[in-house]
Amino acid sequence: MVVDETWYLVLSAMLFTIGTAGLLLRRNPLVMFMCVELMLNAVNLTFVTFSNVLNDVAGQVVVFFVLVVAAAEVVVGLGIIVAILRRRPNATADDVSMLRG
Amino acid sequence: MIIDTVVFAVAAVVILVGALGVVFSRNPVHSALMLVMTLFGVAVLFVAQEAHFLAAVQVIVYAGAIVVLLLFVIMLLGVDVAENLSTDPLAGQRPATGVVAAAGVGLLAVLAVRAVQVSTGAQSVTLPLDAGRPNIAVLAEVLFTDYLFAFEVTSVLLVIAVVGAVVMARRPRSEEADGADGEEQGVERHTDTESELA
Repeated sequence: MVVDETWYLVLSAMLFTIGTAGLLLRRNPLVMFMCVELMLNAVNLTFVTFSNVLNDVAGQVVVFFVLVVAAAEVVVGLGIIVAILRRRPNATADDVSMLRG
Repeated sequence: MIIDTVVFAVAAVVILVGALGVVFSRNPVHSALMLVMTLFGVAVLFVAQEAHFLAAVQVIVYAGAIVVLLLFVIMLLGVDVAENLSTDPLAGQRPATGVVAAAGVGLLAVLAVRAVQVSTGAQSVTLPLDAGRPNIAVLAEVLFTDYLFAFEVTSVLLVIAVVGAVVMARRPRSEEADGADGEEQGVERHTDTESELA
């Protein structure tokens, strides 16, 4: 059996869907963050797959930028989560409604 | 090639088990460790597809920095308590998740199969990967010529993220001056707001 790009794309689709389902299912903001990382990784895998298939380096460049933006996003997101959890320990995503004025 | 198939199968199992572990672990620490497992699996598939530099960056940045940052927040804030999944505060969210997951798998699998048929498979002429040089050399040359502007904008983004994180993590000056009372005041103020809302 030859591993072709379809296998990679289907695996990436499954990973993305697991991430989406986790984001909807979980209420702990930290775990929701991890699920977003799963979705980002699924997209990265797709980019690298097409980069390999089409012999084009642009896909790998995009993955590089996705990694940087993901790192920045985690830093800012964790800052917000720390600010909320310090004021109210054991907060879940539902409790963010307390931001209402 | 039998080796390719075996590597893909092992990596795919590792990725999917890790991803399901992230979603279904009750303890956030376990979720973070399962996330590391998934990230390593993706790095293996990057190597299998000749993206060696990205595989290294994946392990260093994701497994080394992002997951450690998540674990630091979990440990420092002491939020590593098991989540109570028995109640469903938002009625109908669980069934909706099931529907979204089923539809997502079906739709994305169809898309993945179709995408290969739609793709012409035309090989790149401007930015080829196999120019007889190592992967990292090709990537670096493109990054510092064609994508230089985006690369510089990235550095601005990182500075903004650092400044934002410091501003949000800092306590307001009034609370700092009061010392330990600041925390209590914060809680009190919050309780007041809650009673007002009620």
